[in-house]
Amino acid sequence: MAEDDPLQPASAYDLSHVDEADTRATFSVLVDNEPGVLHRVVGMFSARGYNIESLTVAETDRAAHTSRITIVTRGAAHVLEQIRAQLEKMVQVRQVADVARDIRGVERELALVKVRGDGEKRAEALRIADIFRAHVIDTTHESFIFELTGPPSKIDQFADLMRPLGLVEMSRTGVLSIIRGKERG
Amino acid sequence: MSLQEPITETTPITRTMTGAEIVVRALIDQGVDTLFGYPGGAVLPIYDALFQDNTEHGERLRHILVRHEQGATHAAEGYARSTGRPGVVLVTSGPGATNAVTGITDALMDSIPLVVLTGQVPTHLIGSDAFQECDTVGITRSCTKHNVLVRDVNELARTIHECFHIARSGRPGPVLIDIPKDVQFATGVYVGPDEVTFNHAYKPRTKGDAGKIAEAIELIANAKRPVFYSGGGVINAGPRASALLRELVRATQAPITSTLMGLGAYPASDPQWLGMVGMHGAWEANHAMHDCDVMIAVGARFDDRVTGRLDAFSPGSKKIHIDVDPSSINKVIKTDVGIIGDAGHVLEQMLAAWNARKATPDRAVLKPWWDQIETWRARNGFAYQPSQTTIKPQYAVQRLYELTRGRDVYITTEVGQHQMWAAQFFHFEEPNRWMTSGGLGTMGYGLPAAVGVQTAHPDALVIDIAGEASVQMTMQEMSTAVQFKLPIKIFILNNEWMGMVRQWQQLLHGERYSQSYSDSLPDFVKMAEAFGATGIRADTPDELDAKIMQMIDTPGPVIFDCRVEKAENCFPMIPSGKAHNDMLLGDAAAAVDIGTVIDEAGKRLV
Ligand SMILES: Cc1cc2nc3c(=O)[nH]c(=O)nc-3n(C[C@H](O)[C@H](O)[C@H](O)COP(=O)(O)OP(=O)(O)OC[C@H]3O[C@@H](n4cnc5c(N)ncnc54)[C@H](O)[C@@H]3O)c2cc1C
Ligand SMILES: Cc1ncc(C[n+]2csc(CCOP(=O)(O)OP(=O)(O)O)c2C)c(N)n1
Repeated sequence: MAEDDPLQPASAYDLSHVDEADTRATFSVLVDNEPGVLHRVVGMFSARGYNIESLTVAETDRAAHTSRITIVTRGAAHVLEQIRAQLEKMVQVRQVADVARDIRGVERELALVKVRGDGEKRAEALRIADIFRAHVIDTTHESFIFELTGPPSKIDQFADLMRPLGLVEMSRTGVLSIIRGKERG
Repeated sequence: MSLQEPITETTPITRTMTGAEIVVRALIDQGVDTLFGYPGGAVLPIYDALFQDNTEHGERLRHILVRHEQGATHAAEGYARSTGRPGVVLVTSGPGATNAVTGITDALMDSIPLVVLTGQVPTHLIGSDAFQECDTVGITRSCTKHNVLVRDVNELARTIHECFHIARSGRPGPVLIDIPKDVQFATGVYVGPDEVTFNHAYKPRTKGDAGKIAEAIELIANAKRPVFYSGGGVINAGPRASALLRELVRATQAPITSTLMGLGAYPASDPQWLGMVGMHGAWEANHAMHDCDVMIAVGARFDDRVTGRLDAFSPGSKKIHIDVDPSSINKVIKTDVGIIGDAGHVLEQMLAAWNARKATPDRAVLKPWWDQIETWRARNGFAYQPSQTTIKPQYAVQRLYELTRGRDVYITTEVGQHQMWAAQFFHFEEPNRWMTSGGLGTMGYGLPAAVGVQTAHPDALVIDIAGEASVQMTMQEMSTAVQFKLPIKIFILNNEWMGMVRQWQQLLHGERYSQSYSDSLPDFVKMAEAFGATGIRADTPDELDAKIMQMIDTPGPVIFDCRVEKAENCFPMIPSGKAHNDMLLGDAAAAVDIGTVIDEAGKRLV
């Protein structure tokens, strides 16, 4: 980690949190839909050296002028706590939830996966797609494009299975998130 | 005031006005009496509205014309820190805005409330690389607490009122409002501060959690070696917070130290005061922080200048941390009891809880701790080698302090060794009397900050304790001081070196003094005279007192060129990467090979 890296001078002060393992977090951030909000949120991540694994954003409530930004990140527990506090203190941020660590959290991602192959491999790809309930949205004699939704782990798994069968490329939306139940999350 | 016009305050019929008039009106309704600014094409309508307001109503909104926009921001910081009210800045688009960036960042780092108004090119030209266009909100997003481009004149009043609220509430900070020129010309509806509904859900927490407070009180009541560690947040929370802090500290009989930013919240003359903590802090303060069993941090953010090496920072203590900003808690140091709230409110709650518990501290329990503290005090960590022939910089600050005692004094500083000596040897009894750039460490802060302080306190004695290198960064603001008859005193500890840099090069870079000597320094006395101010020079210790008195008695602005020892180092010093009980002292440092004191890992730190 950073402590072993002589090229990371700033972290030499930071010796107290060495043994915390990194975990994944999905922050669902409800913001006022104003120009520059996304920049402020993303800018905070880059300025403070936090990683963004995926990012989605869109208006969610026109009347209330709100958008939801979903950010997947990774870090030690104290880092995730700090990210959350930094998000919450922004003037345009209304609410922050960590969906990945909330049992009521739901995460979904859409992926488009291009697989090239023939013969038995092609048939196997179709069988797996069926198990994953992926749709074929384009086909040629030697390729498919599958459309697949699910939690990010399911999409990772699908990609792992398709790789030996001829995965060419894929495109993912990044994570969307919401909290289960009847209340507004 | 023109005779036919009704007075606007009492007749709220004229709700429709131009954007520029809305700006002026909103500032007045916010209680602003002073603006620090510099005109230009994109703010001319506002300057025009200001001119007209001044002719109609007299100078109820005073404009201090600076010489560089950075000066405006630091002056506004000085104004804000010394009054507790937001400082207001008005500058033009493009270069006006970019020149203000340093001061805005400085205010963010030190939690100073500023409202910065910038002009912008007309809305329809935004994005076209128009003359003096820059992406001001883009550039300043990461150095403001909040910023906004106002595109609709009908949003202007609301935005300004909300921005004042954001700047001064919670953890204070700079807020920027970018106003395109067409919005300044357009006609819109004005709403007053009491009638607006805010756009944002922003609502900082002020009251502390009662359960946490009870926990904290139990810890303090059972502590054998407690220490209070207060910071700039107590100053931010207003004079009442300082008064409550004093009460609580006295009630608990615990010792107290403070960061550079918190000096004055607790009176330096009090026996429970340990002096400043940190890299150049007091021997007794750092040892007490290292050895304590309960630490009570109030409005302080565990900055690396304070903690030193983190894994050796106060290893045996339970830590209570009171802060209005939840992101300050557990950011650097893991706390045991984190209390989110305004220092004033929380201290009041803690005092009530303490009194309700009827916990009189057991003097016998605290006695060994105080005995220990006395032995640290006896070490006299700030001792320096006196001289009959050259003025020692520490001596100069001591004399300045003694000779200004009992007066209505405000001190600002630049950045460097002189800043640390000022913190060590000038003592403060009250909050809001000490203005320094702590977080960003901006050379050039002190002179314009003094301009701002003097504007707010015209009859006070305002002194910038300066270094000859720093002060040249914003020297042009002397012209502002002369124009507005602000009798600031610039007390330069002139060692001809960028002393702090020279000290680090001596300690860390094998005495290779790369670019830290200022050759061709100006004659500061002549420079003062060129500005229309008074110049005074002192070369020897025996003439120092008389010259300082001459400075104090001079009714106008003064530049005081105090020629001090050139090679003096600032001690004590916790070398980078070391612990609090690993401090270097001045007398001991002379005896060791100073270059070997800091190890390789330490050399890589800042
Ligand atoms: C050359 C140089 C040397 C330095 N050496 C030292 C040194 O030896 N010792 C030292 O202490 N500093 C030193 N500093 C300053 C240092 O860099 C930091 O600026 C300083 O330590 C921070 O002070 P603080 O912790 O009080 O925080 P501030 O920056 O004043 O922050 C205030 C804290 O209080 C909180 N707060 C704000 N308002 C409220 C409120 N109303 N209620 C409750 N909480 C509130 C904020 O959220 C924040 O956490 C040095 C600086 C320079 C340039
Ligand atoms: C704008 C800016 N540039 C550079 C620095 C780095 N720096 C810190 S202290 C210092 C030297 C200050 O010299 P001087 O003002 O003469 O004060 P002294 O240390 O001699 O008292 C420098 C260059 C800084 N803090 N700010």
